[in-house]
Amino acid sequence: MTEVSVTKDAVPMAGDLVVLKNVNKHFGALHVLQDIDLTIARGEVVVVIGPSGSGKSTLCRAINRLETIESGSISIDGKPLPEEGKELARLRADVGMVFQSFNLFAHKTVLENVTLGQLKVRKADKKAAEEKARALLDRVGVTAQADKYPAQLSGGQQQRVAIARALAMDPKVMLFDEPTSALDPEMINEVLEVMQQLARDGMTMVVVTHEMGFARSAANRVVFMADGRIVEEAVPDQFFSNPRSDRAKDFLSKILHH
Amino acid sequence: MRRPRGRRTCSKEPSTHAEAREIVFDFLEGYNLWEAFWTTVQLTVLSAVGSLIWGTLLAAMRVGPVPLMRGFGTAYVNIVRNIPLTVIILFASLGLNQTLGISLGANTFETINFRLAVLGFVAYTSAFVCEALRSGINTVPVGQAEAARAIGLNFTQVLTLIVLPQAFRSVVGPLANVLIALTKNTTVAAAIGVGEAALLMKEMIENEAQLLLIAAVFAVGFMCLTLPTGLILGWVSKKVAVKR
Repeated sequence: MTEVSVTKDAVPMAGDLVVLKNVNKHFGALHVLQDIDLTIARGEVVVVIGPSGSGKSTLCRAINRLETIESGSISIDGKPLPEEGKELARLRADVGMVFQSFNLFAHKTVLENVTLGQLKVRKADKKAAEEKARALLDRVGVTAQADKYPAQLSGGQQQRVAIARALAMDPKVMLFDEPTSALDPEMINEVLEVMQQLARDGMTMVVVTHEMGFARSAANRVVFMADGRIVEEAVPDQFFSNPRSDRAKDFLSKILHH
Repeated sequence: MRRPRGRRTCSKEPSTHAEAREIVFDFLEGYNLWEAFWTTVQLTVLSAVGSLIWGTLLAAMRVGPVPLMRGFGTAYVNIVRNIPLTVIILFASLGLNQTLGISLGANTFETINFRLAVLGFVAYTSAFVCEALRSGINTVPVGQAEAARAIGLNFTQVLTLIVLPQAFRSVVGPLANVLIALTKNTTVAAAIGVGEAALLMKEMIENEAQLLLIAAVFAVGFMCLTLPTGLILGWVSKKVAVKR
């Protein structure tokens, strides 16, 4: 599992895995995504930060079409995002998603949560699926909880299971929508450590987060959003020490000094 | 037909209670209560299974992405649940059978009407099952379906593997209500001559004098069916509840 499938897809345009072009979306009168252009390369870790309501979660959810877009285009691995149906389901299987509220299947055990997609989408053999699930649970450090139900786990454990569930599909890219925002402070690190490890293993990741420490240490690039626009993109060091835009300076001054 | 005297002398002391019981329940002689209630049970079970299936399909239509199916589901529920059950059952017999000649593969009067009654009950009860289930679907957090879609499950899989199992667990209580109502509603089948409990009661009321007792016997009979239903399903409801 540590080997991410980086080599097998022979796509001519070498690097770009996720490409958003001129994406627009409204929630009623609110223009939540405004002319978003973003390209994420294979193996890149992009951290999206910004104030609440800046559209960063919507951006993240649009990449696997949990939110529809009004104009523009999104393509993953060279293929444009399908509208609906089987094609879309197939694409979603290749895009791992981790939610703020974990969203583990409440009526299934931890192990069943991790095997479900393998069995029903990948049509894997039951024994192989369980083996893989146990290996993944081991990797995120919750092997002991395999037969429990999600409600019996702590938030940090639930989120790590959610990461294992997404990894079980061998995704090309992982989307993290504020994965630590619903966690108690002492549980944030255990989740971040798993994510750090993933990043080191070469997984392509889009992470919406308020964890600046994670952004500094794991990100290849920081994308700063405000009011539905991408205001600034830079490598973490440059962004945190020397932000160019006023909006970013203002944001950083509010969160970094207290 | 009293019991022969000789048998009672077997017990050590002659029981005056037994004597009294025989006189009081004399009116039950010659009627087959068991058979009538057995028909009630059969009507109930078959209609319950049928309406659970059809009701689930209706609920799936009502939450589905296809506008035509949503429209059909909504129209069906709103029309059917607002028609009196008696009308539906009478229509099944007079309309479907006698006018249109539909006999559902049966050839005796009793089986035809039994099957038509089940059809009518399924048609009617499924509207209520659908609505109970739909309220259950609303208790399942949106995130559950989103997470299911995110791992690549299609609409049918999301519904049957994630949403409906959780929805069913949260509506065992309301479905128990529907089942109890259905059990009692089967008495309407008497209107088209299905030999269930209510038809027998009608016959006994015509022939016997103990009207209050007859009513009590049938009331108790129905409670014997419905009380355990409520208690057992109440227990099941707690047992299968989804912890969040």
